[in-house]
Amino acid sequence: MQLISGRSVVVSNKKMTFWEKIYLPAVLNGMRITFSHLFRKKATIRYPEVKREFAEIYRGQHVLKRDEEGRERCTACGLCAVACPAEAITMIAAERKPGEESLYREEKYASVYEINMLRCIFCGLCEEACPKEAIFLTKRIVPSDFERDGFIYGKDKLVEPLDPLKRIDVSKRETKEVLEFKKDKSKRHNQ
Amino acid sequence: MGIFILYKTILSSGILMLSLLVAMYSTLIERKIAGFFQDRLGPDRAGPWGLLQPMADGIKLFFKEEFMPNTADKFLYILGPSLTMLIALLTSAAIPWGGNLVIGGKEYPLQVADINIGILYIFAIVSIGVYGIMIGGWASNNKYALLGAIRASSQMISYELAMSLAIISVVMMTGSLSLKDIVAQQHGLNWNVWYQPVAFLIFLVCAFAECNRSPFDLPECETELVGGYHTEYSSMKLGFYLFAEYINMFISAAVMATLFFGGYNFPFMDKLALSPNAMAVIGFFVLFTKITFFGFVFMWVRWTLPRFRYDQLMRLGWKVMIPLAILNVVITGIVILIN
Repeated sequence: MQLISGRSVVVSNKKMTFWEKIYLPAVLNGMRITFSHLFRKKATIRYPEVKREFAEIYRGQHVLKRDEEGRERCTACGLCAVACPAEAITMIAAERKPGEESLYREEKYASVYEINMLRCIFCGLCEEACPKEAIFLTKRIVPSDFERDGFIYGKDKLVEPLDPLKRIDVSKRETKEVLEFKKDKSKRHNQ
Repeated sequence: MGIFILYKTILSSGILMLSLLVAMYSTLIERKIAGFFQDRLGPDRAGPWGLLQPMADGIKLFFKEEFMPNTADKFLYILGPSLTMLIALLTSAAIPWGGNLVIGGKEYPLQVADINIGILYIFAIVSIGVYGIMIGGWASNNKYALLGAIRASSQMISYELAMSLAIISVVMMTGSLSLKDIVAQQHGLNWNVWYQPVAFLIFLVCAFAECNRSPFDLPECETELVGGYHTEYSSMKLGFYLFAEYINMFISAAVMATLFFGGYNFPFMDKLALSPNAMAVIGFFVLFTKITFFGFVFMWVRWTLPRFRYDQLMRLGWKVMIPLAILNVVITGIVILIN
């Protein structure tokens, strides 16, 4: 049988030669190899002093974006919840009352929006499904907690702060190509 | 007489402190070297370059719970690690650490006891060492500990034979069992290793087996025996076992340097024309450098070679090492007879 990888080695039970039997050449060669490792570049990253950079498009904790005027973009359409393979997202929609135009961009908004971070697999399908550019995954890591309840993140933790200086930058994920891709009506998920 | 006793007390306590200090820092150096061999950095959190790591480990071991299995033989359980530690510390007495110091016209040798059967003494003490492991493993009343102890005793007894036979050829050349005489004969670069490379090789391999170091660390083989003979030990009793291993390593390195690599002798030592005191101090540091090198070799081999299988270990000991050592003795005898 031909194996696909092509890396299979046929085991042979050949007799060892004298040089192989006395082991010493092999031992010395092994010691030469380990000795050369003394001078190699070390793989260690000294954690608290040096931190490893995340990739710009790392998929970590979610953020619910506000628009330029500080209004929540989410319209509680539920596409993210439908797209979520882990069923981690739930929401309750509400109607915008008169006088709340500065809070919500659309006439409908999510009064409750919850993501269970224990269920979430950080696949990013929610942000791909979102037609309003409201939900994004960020470089932040979901911190640990003692209680399971603590991992159900509501709007208090998900919506980004109003203060323009504390906004969460997602420009690396919101590239032109991504926006084009989302508008492409030939793709089934955009219809 | 009073000065003599005072001098010997100072010297022996100095050597005791030295062996303990070296053993302490060997643990750190071993972990550092292991790290470097594996492209890591090793411990570097406690103090600069991790220099306080041995202290941290020691304090940790002292404060650990003193656990004793309820089926253990209480007396033997405590005797095991104590004996191992005692034996490990005893061997350093016969090793000459340097030439003679001359203070006020009197000679003070840098050797605790210049006994005329120095090598025999070391071998006698080392062979008692197996009792520490055997007693510890037996008293634990644990099958893994017992298996480890049995392995340790049979391994150490087998390799002791080859080791002693390797030494016999050196003794035949020197004509003395005193370590001081053996070192004195290797003046300058006239080291025994040039005449007895095979004996040195056998001695080196057997030293690995005697110290229960990798690739012959079957007595504490983690993969199959949990922890081997010290499975049931905790706290400083475990610390004593681990510590004794490093002291044994230090002493083996010292014996190797003394027997085969000229002890405190170094090339061109006659051309320096220094006072005997300076020579003694330099000689001590030369010996220490050699010991450090062999200590490094011990660690180097440990992090290079995989563990032998038990039948391979026994075959190597009985069918290769001992015949080779006997052959070496016979050839040495013939050469001595011809000359």
